[in-house]
Amino acid sequence: MKKIFSRPESLKNVTTHYCAGCGHGLAHRLIAEVIDELNIREKVIAVAPVGCAVVAYDYWNFDCTEAAHGRALAVGTAIKRVRPDNIVFTYQGDGDLAAIGTNETIHAANRGENITAIFINNAIYGMTGGQMAPTTLLGQKTATTPKGRDVRFQGYPLNISLLLGTLPAVKYVERVSLHNPQEILKSKRAIKQAFQNQIDNIGFSLVEILSPCPTYWEMSSEKAMSWIRDTMTKEFPLRRIK
Amino acid sequence: MPRITIDKEKCKGCLLCVSVCPKGAIKAGTKMNKRGITFVEFKKGGNCLGCAMCAVICPDCCIEVYK
Repeated sequence: MKKIFSRPESLKNVTTHYCAGCGHGLAHRLIAEVIDELNIREKVIAVAPVGCAVVAYDYWNFDCTEAAHGRALAVGTAIKRVRPDNIVFTYQGDGDLAAIGTNETIHAANRGENITAIFINNAIYGMTGGQMAPTTLLGQKTATTPKGRDVRFQGYPLNISLLLGTLPAVKYVERVSLHNPQEILKSKRAIKQAFQNQIDNIGFSLVEILSPCPTYWEMSSEKAMSWIRDTMTKEFPLRRIK
Repeated sequence: MPRITIDKEKCKGCLLCVSVCPKGAIKAGTKMNKRGITFVEFKKGGNCLGCAMCAVICPDCCIEVYK
């Protein structure tokens, strides 16, 4: 009898602090699997965000650093310019990449830095207690929009992938989801493509991953997955944007 | 016969594996682990196919699949 599925070498054998059903654990594992498959574990440098994934360096078994809130792509730029032979990627949530770090994100993308950004979009601020994020859907109830997000007061959800897709220096943008095993495998392919682009010196790549937050969406894990499939993908359709 | 092993100390009881298993070979358990979480159990003699869908969706990487 052969073992056909086990923990990748790049993922430490520890229990994570994430809530039950959280998508961060899945995204961490997919990245670890891709790094093992591309055999770049000794060359990778990750930049962890501020947010729920702030201690991602405790879970990955490769070199990681930590950036100030929203500045992961600026830190990633510096690392890649000083050490161009290393594979640099940032792992950021929507509060980090799309709110406080919008400026750094857009400019790093516009400069066409040869780095990979993994963008976890769960439409809410997880770490601080379920407040509205720029990516929160219209009508979605959060701690700061108890009656649902209203376009008159909070505006429309920010579509970062579409925005970055318009920049000529951006080479690859794809939006994927984690709501079922098939989509998880597609997400892994997209992450692999984004790393391969960096290895081939193609340029800036971003993978947006729609990820569940059952705790602050106030749903069971299973229902959170169906909410992504039925509601979230209407606002954020799954496709290769560039 | 394909089978899976579940790391009961890492399981957080999210039940995503139960929701995707096409053969219903995993069930919500009754026992608690050290952290007070009711972990899932593999049904012995179930019809596990070894498709690894449970392992693919497990956010905590607690499932190993043998085929």
